[in-house]
Amino acid sequence: MGGERAVGVEDLRMRYGDKDVLDGVTFSVRRGEVVVLLGPNGAGKTTTIEILEGLRMRSAGEVRVLGVDPAHAGEEWRARTGVVLQSWRDHARWTPRMLLRHLGRYYEPYSTPERSRPRDVERLIAAVGLEEQADQKIRTLSGGQRRRLDVAIGIIGHPELLFLDEPTAGLDPHGRREFHELVEALAQREDTTILLTTHDLSEAERLADRILILAAGRIVADGSADELAREIGREAEVRWRAGGEQHARSTPDPVAFVRDLLGEAEEITDLEVRRASLEETYLAMVQAHESGQHASRSQGLFEEVSP
Amino acid sequence: MSARRHAVRIGLARGWTEFVLSLKSPQDQGFYLFTSVATVTYLYFRRDSTVEGIDLAFPVLALPGILAAFLVFSLVAGPAQTLAMEREDGTLLRAKCAPHGVTGYVVGQVVLHSLSLVPMLGVLMVPSAILFDVFSQRGAEGWFTFAWVVGLGLLATLPIGIIIGALVPNTQKAMTWGFLPVMAVTAISGIFVPMSSLWGWVQVLGQVFPVYWLGIGLRSAFLPAEVAAAEIGGTWRTLETVAVLGAWSVAGLLVAPVVLRRMARRQSGAAVAEARDQATQWVR
Repeated sequence: MGGERAVGVEDLRMRYGDKDVLDGVTFSVRRGEVVVLLGPNGAGKTTTIEILEGLRMRSAGEVRVLGVDPAHAGEEWRARTGVVLQSWRDHARWTPRMLLRHLGRYYEPYSTPERSRPRDVERLIAAVGLEEQADQKIRTLSGGQRRRLDVAIGIIGHPELLFLDEPTAGLDPHGRREFHELVEALAQREDTTILLTTHDLSEAERLADRILILAAGRIVADGSADELAREIGREAEVRWRAGGEQHARSTPDPVAFVRDLLGEAEEITDLEVRRASLEETYLAMVQAHESGQHASRSQGLFEEVSP
Repeated sequence: MSARRHAVRIGLARGWTEFVLSLKSPQDQGFYLFTSVATVTYLYFRRDSTVEGIDLAFPVLALPGILAAFLVFSLVAGPAQTLAMEREDGTLLRAKCAPHGVTGYVVGQVVLHSLSLVPMLGVLMVPSAILFDVFSQRGAEGWFTFAWVVGLGLLATLPIGIIIGALVPNTQKAMTWGFLPVMAVTAISGIFVPMSSLWGWVQVLGQVFPVYWLGIGLRSAFLPAEVAAAEIGGTWRTLETVAVLGAWSVAGLLVAPVVLRRMARRQSGAAVAEARDQATQWVR
C-alpha cells in the first residue's frame, strides 16, 4: 500500500464560459501523505478539490482518486472517501451524537476486516473533543465546535482519503490550533491520506508533508516547506558592517561568499545571512504568476491593437 | 442493491427523527397553532351561515374542502421549501457525501412530509369535531373513504412538491413557486367558493388539478349522500377522483426521481457557498 498513489491528476482543466479556472493542473498524492493545496483566493483550490471529490465535472484532463475516476465513481468509492467542505449550516435541530449515529449507518455495508466502518461514535466524539456538546443542538455550537463536528462526520466512515476544503476559515486562533492538533493526530495515528486546501501559509507549513502551490489555475510549486523555501529562495541576502558602513549583497552561495568576505583583512561586524522565508517565497511566487498572467494578457491586447 | 435497501431503512429512521424534531420545535408548533386558531376562528364566525337547499351547518360543509386545501398546501409547499432550503444549507450535500446518502435523504423527506399530515390534519379536525360536531354525518365507512382519499392525495401531491423543490433555483423562489400555484389552484377548486359559481373554463381548469378532487373526495367521506346533488354532475364522482389523483401520482412518481437525480448531481460545496452569499444579499 505504501508508495501507491491515492490521487493522480494529469493536465486537469476547468473552464467556465471563456475563463480557465484550472489551466493544466498536474500532481499526485501518495497513500498516507498529508498534502496541502495552498493558494490565494480564486486560484482554483475549491474547484480542484471538488473535482477530486466527485462533486463537480471537469472540462478536461485525467483524474484518478483511489484508482477510480471520481466523475463516474459509485457509492462504494464514496464509502472510501471522507469530505469536509466549507460553509455547512445543516441539521440545525439535530445533535452531534444523533447526526454521527445516523450518517455512520450508511457505511455499515462497507465494513471490511482492515477497516471497520463506521467508527465508534462515542470514541469519535471524544477524539474531536465534543463530549460536552454531544447532546446539544447543532445550531448552538460555536464555529470551532462545528468545524470539529464536520471533521468527525468526514471521518465517521473511516475513509482511506480525507478531503478538507479551507477547514480553518473563520476560526479564531484557539479553534485553529485545536483543529491543527486534530488533523495531526489523524495523520500520525491513522492510515489516512489527507488532501487539504488553505490560503494560510503557516497552516500549510504546520500540517503538510508536501505543499502544492496553486496560482492562476496552475501548480507553480510542489515540495516540502523546506524544499520550497530552498528551491525558490536560492538567493540569500548577506549583510555586514565594515569600516563604519552598512553593506548588503545577494548571493546564490552564501557560504563561499562569507568565507571570502572573512578572508579579507578588514574588520567585519554585524554579519547576517538570511534566506528568504517561506512566506516571502510564497508571496513572491503568487505575485509573479498572477502578474505573469496579466503581462501575457496585456501583451495579447497590444498584438490585437498593433497593425 | 442491498446497500441501497439499507439506505432506505436509514431514510425511514431519518424521516421519523426529523418528524419528532419538528414536533419539538417551537417554530413548527407555532405554525400548527396558528393554522388551527385561524381555521377554527373562521368556521366559528360563519357557523350560522347556511348554504341554500342544504340543511347542514356551514362548518360541516366547509371543513372537508379546507382539509383538502391544507393537505395540498403542506404536501406541495412543505417539501418545495425544505428541499430548496436544505440544498442551500448543505444538508443534501452532506447526504451526497455518504454512500447512498441521497437515497436515504429522499426517503427521509417522504416520510417526514407524510407524517406531518398527522399533526396538520389533527389540529384542524380535533377542535372542529369538538366545537362543530362535523364528523357525525357518516360512520366507519366515511372514515375508510377519508383514509384512501388522503393516501391517494398524498401520492398525487407530494411528488409535485418534491419536483418544485428540486427545480427552483433558491429558497426565496421556493416560497414563490411553492405557495403561489397552490393558492391559485385552491382558489379555483371549490374550496372557499363553490365550483358552480365560477366560469365554465375555470371549472374545467380547476378539475385538472388534485385540489378539487381531494376536496370532493373528502366531502364524500364526511357528508351525507344527498349533498352530492350540489356537486358538478350531481354525484361524488368517485371513479373520476381515483382516476385523476391516480394519474397525478403516476406522473409525479415518474418525474420526481429524474429531477431529484439532476438536483443531486448539480450539488457542490461551491453551490452551497454561493447560496449562502446570495441569501444575505436580498436586494439584487
